[in-house]
Amino acid sequence: MSEQPRRRALGFLERWLVFAGAVVVWEIVTRISDSVFFPPPSKIVQFCAELWFVAEPTQLFLADTVYEDILPSLARALGGWLITAVVGISLGLALGRSRIAYEYLNPLVTFLRSVPPPALIPVFMVAFGIGAQMQIATIVFGALWPVLLNSVDGARSVDRVKTDTARSFRISRTEWIRMVVFPAALPKIFAGLRTSLAISLILMVMSELVSSNHGIGYRIQLSQNTFSFDTMWAWLVLLGALGYLLNNALLALERRMLGWQPKREAAPATAKAGG
Amino acid sequence: MTTMLEVSDLGHTYGSGDTAYTAISDLSFTVETGELTCIVGPSGCGKSTLLRAIAGLHTPTGGTVRLKGETVAGVPEDLAVVFQDYSRSLFPWLTVRDNVEFPLRSRGVSADDRASRAAEALEWVGLGKAGKKYPWQLSGGMQQRVSIARALACRPSLLLMDEPFASVDAQTRFELEDLLLRVRRELNATVLLVTHDIDESVYLGDRVLVLSKPPATVVAELPVDLPPVRDQITTRESDAFVSLRSEVARLLHGKEPATRSAPQVTSEAAGTGDQGVHVADGGTPKGQRTVTAPKNRRNGAGGKGRKKHMKTKKKRGVTVQRPR
Repeated sequence: MSEQPRRRALGFLERWLVFAGAVVVWEIVTRISDSVFFPPPSKIVQFCAELWFVAEPTQLFLADTVYEDILPSLARALGGWLITAVVGISLGLALGRSRIAYEYLNPLVTFLRSVPPPALIPVFMVAFGIGAQMQIATIVFGALWPVLLNSVDGARSVDRVKTDTARSFRISRTEWIRMVVFPAALPKIFAGLRTSLAISLILMVMSELVSSNHGIGYRIQLSQNTFSFDTMWAWLVLLGALGYLLNNALLALERRMLGWQPKREAAPATAKAGG
Repeated sequence: MTTMLEVSDLGHTYGSGDTAYTAISDLSFTVETGELTCIVGPSGCGKSTLLRAIAGLHTPTGGTVRLKGETVAGVPEDLAVVFQDYSRSLFPWLTVRDNVEFPLRSRGVSADDRASRAAEALEWVGLGKAGKKYPWQLSGGMQQRVSIARALACRPSLLLMDEPFASVDAQTRFELEDLLLRVRRELNATVLLVTHDIDESVYLGDRVLVLSKPPATVVAELPVDLPPVRDQITTRESDAFVSLRSEVARLLHGKEPATRSAPQVTSEAAGTGDQGVHVADGGTPKGQRTVTAPKNRRNGAGGKGRKKHMKTKKKRGVTVQRPR
């Protein structure tokens, strides 16, 4: 009866043991060295609390900076990522199912994705000015490729028997895309989406470091310039936590949407059971 | 009886020039409404080419296919196919019921009708309770039953089956054969089944069409004189069954007309060699070699060598699986 919770607790411990160990080591080393550039984690956490939380119920106990820096930054990162997802998946499926389109566009795609996205920040600054537009353009340009290429790959993975089956049953074009190509490509698409999410966060910070008057990247830059290293570290911790949480949220969505896949342990057993 | 399917002078050649490979040529036969016709042929003889042409999945390079009197161009509406490879033919992300319903969506059947027709079709194949499962949760035989149900739910005028039971074990094959016989009796369905298994073709068919080695043509058309209700044990041991299966086997191995044997050996070598794309005209050294080799064996010391040759030939015809 208590087997399930116990195993889960053990798993949780195992997963966080190394993390906790690293934090302890970090704490000890920084306390011994006593450097102003590297504050101990306990102090960083304290700064985090001071930075982001206030005793103000009308603001849901969150400081102004949460509304003025964190949420706008997140909105840009996630907004850019969503645009990436829509464009990347639809374009990728189309390219994956059309050999001609793929052959025409492949050199262009390869060329464009070889350009490091941060290098384009100046270009987008000229094109869109300083602000959300330029940041979202940077994010979309950098995060598009993993989704696009994985969608192409996924769409191509539809085997010939399925193509024949769909054709022999005269499956309509929309049903074919919606119920055959898309689900077949979905495992690959999710792999692409996860990579893109990480890239979106990186480019969000990057574009804010270069030019912005608010946002997480801007705050990191500002605290560095004003020698408030504790604050700087607090923002870095926030970025790590955000990345972790967003990735887990996406994994949960993936598990839900790919629930039809055979469980990993069960797969070989059913494959062998011929009768 | 009306004619459901009429295949006339059907031919198909892959590629052109030196690498041209003729899989089928001058194939003609008919399938009457309500009939279960089996097509049996040696491995790699172009059975699948034929079936794909009938299903409209590719355009044959010669001849015509008429379904209910209308020439087939593109995939006909009134037809359903059961493929050999059930695990890839079913959609793993759809439940069993959704798989069966899926083709009905594109035919404008309402959601309620889809559900009831899927339930009915699953009932026919004895899977009434498996609707909510995913295909991978079922055994191979059950998966093939799902794809049979999916085809039946479309209520096709003609059911095409491409080696439907070749990928399941012998025990399951017997079960599925009986299931097919029962279902088609109950629904009075017209079925065209392609197989390489001689016994299966005789056991299932009202009529057996025997194909030659490529380029495949219809060598013989044998009516199966067995009672409509068949039994895996008594039917298979009956004299009528045994003599029929021997006849089919003899026809398949080309032992009847002596004049045919030389070109047949040529094409056999072409068919089972490297993906079967060889020059078959005998003009190249390769072609010559394949023609002369068996002749030498036959004309030479004979005895042992010849026997051995026959044995391998027979083995090929009976047991070798269809190449993918």
